[in-house]
Amino acid sequence: MVVDKKGSPLLAEQNIKPDTRHGVILYVEDVSVSFDGFKALNDLNLYINDGELRCLIGANGAGKTTLMDVITGKTRPDFGKVSFGQQVDLLQLSESEIARAGIGRKFQQPTVFEELTVFENIELSLKGDKGIITSLFHKLSSEQKDRIADVLHTIGLAKECYYAAGRLSHGQKQWLEIGMLLAAEPRVLLVDEPVAGMTAQETERTAELLTSLAGEHSVIVVEHDMAFVRSIARKVTVLHQGSVLAEGSMSEIQSNPDVIQVYLGEDQG
Amino acid sequence: MSTFIQSPFGQKIQKLSSLHFVIGCLLISTLYATVCNLAFTEGSFLHVSDYTISLFGKYLCYALLALAVDLVWGYCGILSLGHGAFFALGGYAMGMYLMRQIGDRGVYGNPDLPDFMVFLNWSEMPWYWAGSDNILWMVAMVFIGPGLLAYVFGNLAFRSRVSGVYLSIMTQAVTYALMLAFFRNEMGFGGNNGLTDFKEIFGLSLQNPSTKLVLFVATSVALCIGYIISHYIVSSKMGRVVTAIRDAESRTRFVGFKTEHYKVWIFVVSAMLAGVAGALYVPQVGIINPGEFSPLNSIEMVIWVAIGGRGTLYGAIIGAVLVSYAKTRFTAIMPEAWLFALGGLFVLSTLLLPKGIAGMLPASWAKGSEKENDGIEPSDNYENKRSESNNISNPAEAK
Repeated sequence: MVVDKKGSPLLAEQNIKPDTRHGVILYVEDVSVSFDGFKALNDLNLYINDGELRCLIGANGAGKTTLMDVITGKTRPDFGKVSFGQQVDLLQLSESEIARAGIGRKFQQPTVFEELTVFENIELSLKGDKGIITSLFHKLSSEQKDRIADVLHTIGLAKECYYAAGRLSHGQKQWLEIGMLLAAEPRVLLVDEPVAGMTAQETERTAELLTSLAGEHSVIVVEHDMAFVRSIARKVTVLHQGSVLAEGSMSEIQSNPDVIQVYLGEDQG
Repeated sequence: MSTFIQSPFGQKIQKLSSLHFVIGCLLISTLYATVCNLAFTEGSFLHVSDYTISLFGKYLCYALLALAVDLVWGYCGILSLGHGAFFALGGYAMGMYLMRQIGDRGVYGNPDLPDFMVFLNWSEMPWYWAGSDNILWMVAMVFIGPGLLAYVFGNLAFRSRVSGVYLSIMTQAVTYALMLAFFRNEMGFGGNNGLTDFKEIFGLSLQNPSTKLVLFVATSVALCIGYIISHYIVSSKMGRVVTAIRDAESRTRFVGFKTEHYKVWIFVVSAMLAGVAGALYVPQVGIINPGEFSPLNSIEMVIWVAIGGRGTLYGAIIGAVLVSYAKTRFTAIMPEAWLFALGGLFVLSTLLLPKGIAGMLPASWAKGSEKENDGIEPSDNYENKRSESNNISNPAEAK
């Protein structure tokens, strides 16, 4: 991995970009995590290509959220290797360093700063120096204001920009959280159940938003809603008992006998 | 009231931020009290007695302390039940300086050692009191002592991600442990008698009413400075980050902030403010003893802030002054019933005024001066952006 003179890892803000010469932005190799003997992840291997939109599906307890926790530094694996591009070893970084390196995460429950306005929520999420001194004397530049306006426009909350985030509807909070990820200009977006609790119309718009993000960003979506997955997925990975059961396009997955047995089988039955 | 707010004068007042108003009120009332104390003789209707001056000097110390509590609790969600420890440490630093100023005028007449050390048959000053007769060093200690404790405690607690009620209990335990330690004679902090019998500060006799007046004014100025600093912090981006930590710490972390650093930093600033309050308090009341570390004191501070209204800064000042005034009055009538009254007041304010007294003030104040500092006009910016990027696929436009 890339380190500076003191041996601490160099981050995106120091202009070290993940090495994606092989087209892969995220390597998860032989990762195992166990909680009190229960294997949440079991020798899991996953490669995410730069700019792709990947859907992760799996029954409850298949390890989807644990996988997200491992990638974002919340949970440390017992074994395995997780790296951002070829060189940046994510296991050496803290949650906030991983976030600054360019991996953004949206939680299952929409988590926004309720007492702050929509505008301020985005402001705090902007890419840039997150140190104390900078925060203390920080003034928004006009580029940053434009950037915030851009993001608000993308997520359709420009009109609500001076509302306290706590006043937004559930669906709007979900979008605001996605907007906060966008403001950080991440390379990889991890999105956990983005359409939970959304109306059909909101779901449709979220699908459009996520598809439009792929390409510029790599997007990993965890979702239970199969109709939603079908509407956005190009490539789907099925997790089962902490490992990858199958990977491929939606139609390949649907015709895979293992998958039918363990996951879709249950769905239909 | 509503017609007043709508009148041009009322609107002008509303445009003033809470900062101007609070500083203005503080300075005007300090000026008023000073002038009325000096210019009018006793018996005059406008006279402010020396007793009132020293009483309010004390209240203003409490107000500064409450401000410190509000900074960590109201804005960062760290419910510290141990702020009394920082207050007392600041007080001890100042107390020891005053002790050394006594010189050979103590009971034992020892020019080098304070009475309590002579009493314990100590032959020399312990190492940690080296330089305690140097005013600059002791003023530095007023900041360093509480700041260092807050830094060490904060680093241990926040790095291991202790929060909520566990953290509150730990802060309580810290102040309790310090109280027990300071009670011990061999610690060299004056034991249960504490530090007292002060003669003078900067050459001014502490018995002299004019010195009390000077201390009162100094406290008021310190409170103003503390308020300006706190106000600046909470209305900077820093303030928004700590508020974000209060509301959703893990989200703040995943946005890329090292939340532990921010929490330690705000905790240290708050501890230093509390230390300054303690240092100003000691010469005005004439004593500092381990009782100041008592957990009860720290809980009382939290109640000031809760009653005044947390997360507003000025609420903390209102709460501290009102509750302390009530305490003075109440304990004169029924001393043993005060704690029940305080508890009752806390329950009532939680039930009836969840936002405290500050919650009754105009809502436009509640968020401080946030509106003025961004200076971004939503309309022009967003309209421009909208027309520029109409061709980008935008789900929101479907609305």
